[in-house]
Amino acid sequence: MKKTGAEILWECVVREGVEVVFGYPGGANMPIYDAMLNYPIHHVLVRHEQGAAHMADGYARASGKVGMALATSGPGATNLVTGIATAMMDSVPVVFVTGQVAAHLIGGDAFQETDVTGITLPITKHNYLVTRADEIAEVVREAFYIARSGRPGPVLIDICKNAQVEQTEFVYPESIRLPGYQPVTRAPSDALERAAQLIERAQRPVILCGHGVLISGAEEALMHFAVKTQTPVASTLLGLGAFPASHPLSLGMMGMHGEVHTNLAIQNADLLLAFGMRFDDRVTGALKAYAPRAKKIHIEIDPSEVHKNVAVDVPLIGDLKTVLHDLIPLVGEYDHDEWLKTIAAWKAEADARSIMNWSHDDKLYVAHLITDIWKATDGNAIVATDVGQHQMWTAQYYALEKPHRWLSSGGAGTMGYGLPAALGAWFAHKDEEIWVVAGDGGFQMTQAELSTVVQEGANLKIAIMNNHFLGMVRQWQEFFFEKRYSGVHMKTPDFVKIAEAHGIPGRRVTTRAEVDDAIAWARRTEGPALLEFLVEQEDAVYPMVPAGAALDQMLQRPVRA
Amino acid sequence: MNHTFIALVENKPGVLNRVASLFRRRNFNIESLAVGRTEKPDVSRMTIVVDCPNGEMDAHKIEANLYKLVNVIDVQDVTHQPAVTRDLALIKVRVSPERRAEVNSLAEIFRARIVDVAADSVIVEITGTEDKIEGMIELLRPIGIVEMVRTGQVAMTRGVNDGVRRVPMSANRLEMYEAAEMLP
Repeated sequence: MKKTGAEILWECVVREGVEVVFGYPGGANMPIYDAMLNYPIHHVLVRHEQGAAHMADGYARASGKVGMALATSGPGATNLVTGIATAMMDSVPVVFVTGQVAAHLIGGDAFQETDVTGITLPITKHNYLVTRADEIAEVVREAFYIARSGRPGPVLIDICKNAQVEQTEFVYPESIRLPGYQPVTRAPSDALERAAQLIERAQRPVILCGHGVLISGAEEALMHFAVKTQTPVASTLLGLGAFPASHPLSLGMMGMHGEVHTNLAIQNADLLLAFGMRFDDRVTGALKAYAPRAKKIHIEIDPSEVHKNVAVDVPLIGDLKTVLHDLIPLVGEYDHDEWLKTIAAWKAEADARSIMNWSHDDKLYVAHLITDIWKATDGNAIVATDVGQHQMWTAQYYALEKPHRWLSSGGAGTMGYGLPAALGAWFAHKDEEIWVVAGDGGFQMTQAELSTVVQEGANLKIAIMNNHFLGMVRQWQEFFFEKRYSGVHMKTPDFVKIAEAHGIPGRRVTTRAEVDDAIAWARRTEGPALLEFLVEQEDAVYPMVPAGAALDQMLQRPVRA
Repeated sequence: MNHTFIALVENKPGVLNRVASLFRRRNFNIESLAVGRTEKPDVSRMTIVVDCPNGEMDAHKIEANLYKLVNVIDVQDVTHQPAVTRDLALIKVRVSPERRAEVNSLAEIFRARIVDVAADSVIVEITGTEDKIEGMIELLRPIGIVEMVRTGQVAMTRGVNDGVRRVPMSANRLEMYEAAEMLP
């Protein structure tokens, strides 16, 4: 049967299981928007295309499915760029579809023409320029397959306007041909044997649990492996939730703002088991001094990540879950009591400096507030953050027990991510409690999406930690630039009024006494609610490994007199 | 040191850009890049010579990143393998009719050819390894090189030897390529 290119797009997208798309119409994608009306797709009209990209990303992270976003040519497409780069850095499967000017106009600087495939080449896993309707079916099939398989990532399809309106015979491609794309899933048995030998010999092993554990769905395999070998589990920022925080073997977060005992464990380990993580500079500190006595086993699906930052002894290239299933029978039940006791002693020492011991002096500390929200929600909410101090405090204090409840821009560190990502997640989990934790800076970058939240009737609870500073930059200026504050003080709007202008009830919280009641109020408010906390302005995130220092050279919170 | 890679890629628009962009993105410097068709109409072959300051580590990085490109079918590192490598240069030399014989005899020694003769210049065509071409250039330089163009290296392993493949593959990619169809 003959169909237009735009219809073929939706025929294929629906077959991929897409139910919701986030987007913004414009001149070059109008046929796509027109055809969409005839398909069972819920379209979310965003207020800025960056929001669409983050929503599709949040939807993908929370659901484990492929997210989808639409934009028109030119500025519509370029507005997606930050969101595409965010998804790329964090390996999030999203298919972006952009409109393009008609094929015969390409290269002529037509109205709203931009070289979108050129611009997004380094920030997509793959991208396509489609100039004919009869290419669309195969391209869409390939795009979704590439986005979700192997190491997932964003794929962009730029469709010329003529290809959207041309009619062609629609045949759904039952198979596709990608000769150069064959992700490896299994590691060879000799490498597995070598890994098992290292594990058997280890006295002080540590598992480094990364985002790959969640992407591969290897949470159970990780638990099985950790318990069987009695190996403690440290987590990267994006690995949080893959291993329950309350488990005795859980070490919490590693890295620049990781816990003291966790970083000490890594630095003193004799074996590191890196599971689906990529030794980012934020988790290694100075590479020359990183885990100097440790052998390293790296289970990773992307061969280009192996030996990239840290040379490893045994690389196991493959799908983490599959590799762990193959590895677990080869390892015995070991006992690392001495090692676990040593780590526990480090933890006890560090805990003495914890801000949790501080009395409430009627200042609001974000670490305390996150703990309050954590208690009120039983640690069960889906939490989306922006980027900066509040993000690190949330990672430290919102102890996660379950996977896929943590939405945060890790690799790219994209401010403005939280609110749209949470809205995307809401479409995957409408019956769950979802909290946005944002700073006053990042929130203003995408706060226009409050309007989208209301239009969609999304039930989001929003906590803005307002310190009138770009807090993380301020902290660095305090520590490393002699407190010469430059461009970090921010006069903020009345966020409660902003919420109210959108029809969202809001409350400002300035004292400790109001906190519990305000959180309870937000939770029982039907639909979205916003809390603005006026927090201590010059608090700092501890512990902190200064950039370029070794992982065990941590600045710790000063002991309070 | 320089590493020489042979990459088989899908013959599609934009693939050269993807490959070239990868080297820029990962901060490697391409010494030469030669692209052409192969015996299969839908496959192009690239010979890429890249500066690898960190030796094997860099070579691994390059190979693994090339595989991340969806359109790249196969990558071999032939740097340390028995291989035939060839570069072609056209060199225009300013030379008076009296000194042509000198250029001619140089060309003969290098098994090069004079392919064009004008009133005050000749074009020398030379094929060979990079060293040989460099050698010829050094000798022509004092006579007076006006213009030069080089194709960049192309390479082919000898006999049944293959280049080094460091990145594990789920199956023989080339067989897979022949087998073609696959279902996600």
